[in-house]
Amino acid sequence: MNNVRDKKRANKSLPFFFRTEFKVFFTIILVSTILLISTFSFDTVPPILNRGIQPATFPKGLLVIIIVLTSIIYYLSFKKPWKKEKNLPKPFFLTILSFIIFIIISKTLDFFLAISVLSVFVSYHWGERRIFYLLLVSIIFPLVVFIFFEMILGLRFPPGIITNIYYY
Amino acid sequence: MDNLILMMAPLFSSKLLLVLLFGTLFGLVLGVLPGLGPTTGGALILPFTMTLDPLSAVVLLTSIYCAGTYGGAITAVLINTPGTPAAAATCLDGYPLAQKGEAGRALGMATVSSTVGGIFSVIVLVFFAPILANLAYEFGQPEYFALAIFGLTMLASIGDGSPIKNLIAGAFGILISTVGKDFMTSIDRFTYGINELSVGIGFIPVVVGLFAISEMLTQSTLLEQVFKRVALKAVKLPTKEDYKKTWKTILRSSGIGSFIGVLPAEGGTVASLIGYSEAKRFSKNPEEFGKGSVEGIAGAEAANNAATGGAMVPTLALGIPGSATTAVILTGLIIHGVRPGPDLFREQPDFLYGIFGAMLIANILFFIFGFFGAKIFARITLVPNKILWPMIFAVSVCGTYSLSQSIIDVWIMLFFGVLGFFMRRYGFSVVPVIIGLILGELVEGTLRQSIVIFDGNWLMFLTRPIALTFFILSLIALAFPLIRSKKFKK
Repeated sequence: MNNVRDKKRANKSLPFFFRTEFKVFFTIILVSTILLISTFSFDTVPPILNRGIQPATFPKGLLVIIIVLTSIIYYLSFKKPWKKEKNLPKPFFLTILSFIIFIIISKTLDFFLAISVLSVFVSYHWGERRIFYLLLVSIIFPLVVFIFFEMILGLRFPPGIITNIYYY
Repeated sequence: MDNLILMMAPLFSSKLLLVLLFGTLFGLVLGVLPGLGPTTGGALILPFTMTLDPLSAVVLLTSIYCAGTYGGAITAVLINTPGTPAAAATCLDGYPLAQKGEAGRALGMATVSSTVGGIFSVIVLVFFAPILANLAYEFGQPEYFALAIFGLTMLASIGDGSPIKNLIAGAFGILISTVGKDFMTSIDRFTYGINELSVGIGFIPVVVGLFAISEMLTQSTLLEQVFKRVALKAVKLPTKEDYKKTWKTILRSSGIGSFIGVLPAEGGTVASLIGYSEAKRFSKNPEEFGKGSVEGIAGAEAANNAATGGAMVPTLALGIPGSATTAVILTGLIIHGVRPGPDLFREQPDFLYGIFGAMLIANILFFIFGFFGAKIFARITLVPNKILWPMIFAVSVCGTYSLSQSIIDVWIMLFFGVLGFFMRRYGFSVVPVIIGLILGELVEGTLRQSIVIFDGNWLMFLTRPIALTFFILSLIALAFPLIRSKKFKK
């Protein structure tokens, strides 16, 4: 109990722009404002085709609601600060990095190669060192998934250096 | 009588029976694995259901729902970690009883009470869903708009976490549904010149991202977690003494669970907590709770499984999901071109009663599998996350890609995975996002049509009694957390 209180206090003692509450508030407000501004560039329809309201009105209303509610939670956080979260561990960042690698490889080289690389990368950095299991997640299982989708579900995967060998 | 025959249809179709068997087994596996559960599992399997006919697809999803909800109890009893959030209350007494060397008795009680709760809720579903659907015939556009708002506010107030954060998440979900061509005027919104976005953001990339990928990221932060496992010899049926002690609790919790399930408010989790606390309140031995009380296990398990049928009532009768998993099931219905609501009851009774029957059979099947196979299912938790999650990633990516064969969908899935992780980290539930996304078109469409009907006069909403009732209920739902917190302060 005291530990939680200490953590909350620790969070409150930080300058406001370092506090989680401010970071979340700032991010939501920033994104919402950008989206709100973009709604002003939506096309409008002439009154005769207009079904009740203009297409931009509804999303505008939603964004205003989001901004107002976010301001309320930020205001309330002064009275009741949020619990300070633990720092994110290294495997989390490595998993995010694996997503980025996945996007790059799937776009430039091959969709299945990307899955294999991500699987072995994640499995290894999450602590797996046994060769058989690394092969299982990176080659055997993606191959089973490929065969299942390709042969049973009749799906055609995007072309790539490995997929092309199969298709041609 | 005709309806009863329709309900038994899955028993006479080898295909449906096979789907049911697979769904129940798969649901149990998902329920046993902490972090997966029927919602994430349902989301993962959604793309595969495209190869099935609509009834088989929904039967698969509902059997996963029923069995997955029960499966959470196995992990709760044996490793003190709820396999699903709805099994959190089961840990309180299940694990202490297992530590006393009575894991078999704890699981036996969980299995029996889950089955009774589940079957009770199917009976509720069979009787109440058609009544609610009949009521919905009175609904026009303004009433549907008010109902959707009521659904979202209920979810915000009774669901997990802060109500305001839940409302923000719900509004965000509705906002996502506005991406693409406006369905009334065909004007592009939030597409920024990206052609793929003009058809909108699909349900599946968002659902898989928010549930499966965000959970993968959560698991990456929990790699140092160590589970203490309790040995299980065999599941034992409750004794006569246990039945005597718990039958009232099981019935009460079944009623509570079914009622809570009907409310659009994250059914099972809330139901099990209320079922547990009510079991304690009515118990002759409340001091045993938390130390391995069979009443505690019965109260929690009967309630969370009873919420499954309850949550299907608004889902099928009104198209308003009663929980996260029913939101996934609703997504499954929609992608198969089935629009739930009163017309479904009139036009496709065989389809609906097939679902009811499948839920009933799934409850019986998970009893059998749970009773004889809990020991095997418990071993599934031995599969390490470092092997399991890369595999889940491969299935998620291929499943998401398969839907419209677009790599953009995969990237959207990854984006929502990262977003979902941070939402959960900072106390924003992801469930309202999904429900907002599903209800978005309904909310906007009914609002715009209502404005046309009312000739632009917004106050006319207040002249419609049903709509007004839903708005008042929405206000009460919003005020409820304030009243609750003040009551707790006192």
